[in-house]
Amino acid sequence: MSQAITLKGRKVVGGVAEGEAIVTGDTISGWGGINERDGTVIERRHELRGQSFKGKVLVFPGAKGSSGYSAYFHMARINGASPCAMLFNKMTTKVALGCVVSRVPAMTELDQDPLEVIETGDWVKVDADRGFVEIVKRKDRDAV
Amino acid sequence: MRLTDHEKSLLDGEHGPAKQKAMDLLVRYGEALGAERLVETNNVAGAFNASTPSVQKIAEKGFDAVYSELNLDSDETVEIPRMVAHTCQLITGIDDRNWQIQGIPEHLVESQRKAEAFFGRRGINMFATCTPYQVGNVPVKGEHCAWMESSAVVYCNSVLGARTNTEGKESTGAAALTGRIPYWGYHIPENRRATHLVDVEIEVDDMMDWGLLGYHLGEVVQEDVPVLSGLTHQPDLVKLKHFGAAAASSGGVEMYHIPGITPEARSIEEAFGGRKMEGRLRFGDAERRRAYENLNCATSREVDFIMLGCPHNSIDQVWLAASLLEGRKIHPNTALWVHTPRALREVAERNGYVRMIEEAGGVVMSDTCPAISRHMPKGTKVVATDSAKQAHYLPAITGVEAWFGSVRDCVEAAIAGRWQGGLQ
Repeated sequence: MSQAITLKGRKVVGGVAEGEAIVTGDTISGWGGINERDGTVIERRHELRGQSFKGKVLVFPGAKGSSGYSAYFHMARINGASPCAMLFNKMTTKVALGCVVSRVPAMTELDQDPLEVIETGDWVKVDADRGFVEIVKRKDRDAV
Repeated sequence: MRLTDHEKSLLDGEHGPAKQKAMDLLVRYGEALGAERLVETNNVAGAFNASTPSVQKIAEKGFDAVYSELNLDSDETVEIPRMVAHTCQLITGIDDRNWQIQGIPEHLVESQRKAEAFFGRRGINMFATCTPYQVGNVPVKGEHCAWMESSAVVYCNSVLGARTNTEGKESTGAAALTGRIPYWGYHIPENRRATHLVDVEIEVDDMMDWGLLGYHLGEVVQEDVPVLSGLTHQPDLVKLKHFGAAAASSGGVEMYHIPGITPEARSIEEAFGGRKMEGRLRFGDAERRRAYENLNCATSREVDFIMLGCPHNSIDQVWLAASLLEGRKIHPNTALWVHTPRALREVAERNGYVRMIEEAGGVVMSDTCPAISRHMPKGTKVVATDSAKQAHYLPAITGVEAWFGSVRDCVEAAIAGRWQGGLQ
């Protein structure tokens, strides 16, 4: 049996969701950084360029760029292109408001760096109400 | 989060459904941030207009629906009353007079006009500029604001000593109807102190060098708070506007100090205010050259579009462009747009500056810019601009190549149709 890794952290937006992780070490810009119609990262030189976070657990350092950040994540939610949950490290007004209007479970201040522990393709359950994250590594999933 | 009795009554719906939705958003946002309370604000700068193609579906339901969904994050459409706080509209997508030159479809122009009529009557001032501080909204030191627009936020905090975080469309919408915003980040005095010391080792005087300094700094310090040491020339509004916009583009700088110039630091020591220095960096010839090379991504010297005025030009900058263009004609293969707030355009028309620019073949634009509107002259492949911010964003957003240089370099490129600028 595969063993889940558990992280503890602080709720940003409540709720419970699970899905496949998409992880980036690059901060994300809303305006000029994502396509709000399909959740694809469009910024030149971004490591996720061309990949979509739609329906996935987005694990990222935080937000950057224009104050239009929240409006683009807001439109992504209206278009059904939001991540299913978000985990991030650096709290800013941009990322907080973007999580709020995305209306998906979101957490920060995790007891281990989620960028180190979680890899793209891992299965991640985010229970923001109770303040924990459960991770099943992809290699363990593949073995099942 | 602790709420006052008045804030609780807003949340309980005693002041109507719009303010209830506004307070609900502020509570969700404040709790996400980890804020302990809200603070009163009477100065809001936000984005209310609905003139982009992506929001037309909502705009068809009326502007109560637009504000409810996009400015309050409310699924339910509520009737929008007058704003409680002094509120202004920032830059928009459409120049109400030059939309045909921009290439905007007429139905979107109509939508923006209807939006302005609706929001204007509710007390939203249609400044329609990224620089509200150039057209009468000049907050005083210590004033709590709720502003969007990264270049305006860094100017508000650093040059004016007023206090704002980089707010968004929904938080400014809620602040305008309640006069409240989370007390977090740059509203709190301790967070305004410096984290990084910057040794400026070369002379920084003209606008282009201020842009290069800002672009380099933002890249290195990201969202931290730099204090600049070693500057020998007195800056002015135009230079600091350009500097802050550049630092907020390559990074996320929302606050900086220049001892003796900006209001919260007479000295380097006061800028740190006891906070631990996290880093020290330098700006010399090598850093200046690297910033210049990072901004100049173009390969072709054949230039088809010259963009001046990001952030929007002051009246003195419009005069500079007009005087450089007087009696000359721009190249037939180029277009030249000079951007300034509509209120300043009135002055520029009165002075004859607009005519001077138009006689040379240029256009004076207001209300918008190419990065916001995503509209440039048809077929544009190579842009030249005096703005580090525009040179940073335009290639990413629209796929064009960009040259960055002085106003003079840009005007000469417009006349010759070729980029001949360079680093002196």
